[in-house]
Amino acid sequence: MKSIIKKMAALFTACTMAVAAAGCSNGPATTTAGSGGSSGSPVGVGFIFVGTKDDYGYNQAAYKASLDVEQRFGDKINVFRSENIPETSEATRVLEQMIQQGATVLFPTSYGHLDPALDAAEENPNCVFFHQGGLKTSENLGTYFGTIWESFYLAGIAAGSTTKSSKLGFITSFAIPQIMLNINAFTLGAKSVNPEITTTVIFTGDWSDPALQTDAVNSLADGGCDVIATHQDSTKTIVELCESKGIYVCGCHADAGELAPTHWLTAPVWNWSDLFVDMTQTALDGKFKGSVYDGKYRGGLKEGVIDIAPYGSAVSAELREKIDTAKKQMIDGTLFAFEGEIKDRDGNVRIAAGTRPSVDELETCDWFVEGVIGSAN
Amino acid sequence: MILESLLAGAVQSGTSVLLTVCGETVSERAGVINLGTEGCMAVGALFAYIVCAETGQPFLAIPVACIAGGLMGLLHAYFVISRKANQLATGLTLMFLGLGLTAFLGRNYVSVSTEGFTKLRIPFLADIPIIGDALFDQDPITYLSYLICAGMCLLLYKTRFGLILRATGEDENVVYAYGADPIRMRYLSVIMGGMLSALGGAQLSIAYTHTWIEGMTGSRGVIGVALVCIAAWNPAKAFIGAYIFGAAQALQMILQQQGLEISSFLLMMIPYVLVLIALFAASIKKNGKMPAELKKVFEAV
Repeated sequence: MKSIIKKMAALFTACTMAVAAAGCSNGPATTTAGSGGSSGSPVGVGFIFVGTKDDYGYNQAAYKASLDVEQRFGDKINVFRSENIPETSEATRVLEQMIQQGATVLFPTSYGHLDPALDAAEENPNCVFFHQGGLKTSENLGTYFGTIWESFYLAGIAAGSTTKSSKLGFITSFAIPQIMLNINAFTLGAKSVNPEITTTVIFTGDWSDPALQTDAVNSLADGGCDVIATHQDSTKTIVELCESKGIYVCGCHADAGELAPTHWLTAPVWNWSDLFVDMTQTALDGKFKGSVYDGKYRGGLKEGVIDIAPYGSAVSAELREKIDTAKKQMIDGTLFAFEGEIKDRDGNVRIAAGTRPSVDELETCDWFVEGVIGSAN
Repeated sequence: MILESLLAGAVQSGTSVLLTVCGETVSERAGVINLGTEGCMAVGALFAYIVCAETGQPFLAIPVACIAGGLMGLLHAYFVISRKANQLATGLTLMFLGLGLTAFLGRNYVSVSTEGFTKLRIPFLADIPIIGDALFDQDPITYLSYLICAGMCLLLYKTRFGLILRATGEDENVVYAYGADPIRMRYLSVIMGGMLSALGGAQLSIAYTHTWIEGMTGSRGVIGVALVCIAAWNPAKAFIGAYIFGAAQALQMILQQQGLEISSFLLMMIPYVLVLIALFAASIKKNGKMPAELKKVFEAV
């Protein structure tokens, strides 16, 4: 009901604006991409999220950064936020609505928001879109993402050093390239400290179904896994259950250490704040075209876009040092998670000795490294 | 080991569905189909979680969840009985209403933790080989579900109330002639159905996962409606379909761990494929016990 009222209001505003524009302006509009920042009136910045803001996961990480953007720019910007936006044309409508209310910088933050956002971008050439994780771009839509597999490699070191049974579990949703890449990185990290380990993967077919997550933890525990890692949108159920079952746990997307005081190891986390602020600034300055964000921007540990969450008490001082050293080496470039030679499960060489594949090559990963148990198709 | 974890999984993830099947059976026995069970479940899951989080009293959460689910049932009953609205349309609307309403009301509880019910091992019974752990090392709502199933059988088949309720589902005119009020019977059974679905939702949120998140019922309520046919509208058989569904859920995870090169997408379909097979088997047996009044719902479409 509320949204219907909102839509009606937006429609009304749009009509009045159209009439006003027809009445006063003669000649084409002169606004260019994101150039509204220089004048006194605040510029609208819109964020849409596929889930809720406090899910100890993906959405929480992006939401937090949106708060930091608001804080940094103060009254220079007007922030619009919408949670639980499905990855359908509904997303296009919400973006359009924000634009009608004055937003010129838009952040569609879920992978599936890409196509709806591309539609909205085409209709609104004077707005700038930053899409999270997308592989397609357009004139006024750039995508950004973090090479989160670097953090998964570090979490793998923590898991591989902690396990007693050498059996690690991994709970996730679907066998898609980005996730398979993270599972591989996690396994390679663990194998770097303990060549014996295996990673058993359970795909639940859902990003946040707590009952399936519970089934998966129970099932992995019965199978003998004593460290569980996860790639889900919401991780609270898994982290709490692991704590109560005495299983060590690596979270995902956000720090959930407070939920598992004795069995928390660490988690790959996003550090979007500085990036969001910089992207917003670039758009407000009208410098989107030709900037690093005009295309597919990928940042890693070095750029500070990703990191790992604070260690839990279960991580010894010695292990902390080991992980910190690996992190430093990844930042200065002496360590690369996917440096060849790397073979897949069937023994085929996927990455030749001494080579480092590009991010584009990695992002199309459809195979598992040796030691991963689970179906790759 | 694998068999035991399969059985434990069947009961654990089957209980919420079992309660829903039980509730829907009662409702359909009186001649009303409620496709909104999913919404009732979501409402039960949320309100149980809120009470648990605010008071720390899981036993207080059960009646509150049931009342909330009962109100959803009452809403359905008012529309389809008093207003004579289409049962299927009203049920579907109720489902989306429940899911939407709980997503909105539950926003602040997604990151809240609460203890809820933990497992309560029953001495001696839990030591029975193979099935002991699965049946008697569970949470209190699961034990309650055994009692409810048995109680519903007694109610439907051993009491005058149950006889009239079943008669309402077969021919309301007979019930009128007998001097009972079919409208009252229908109201009661739909409300009871909503309460049991909500209890199933509560099992999910405060006993099994200890989590609230929007959409957490994950179509278990909808599956529950399908499973009523497998149970042949008999609460004594409700556990068959519900535990098949639960076991299939556990089975696909066990299979994934065996390193078989079967697509995980196919494995995820196992629960639904098994339900279809069971429906097919039930249709062959021709145990056509569908309440006669219920048939009118479909003839009217």
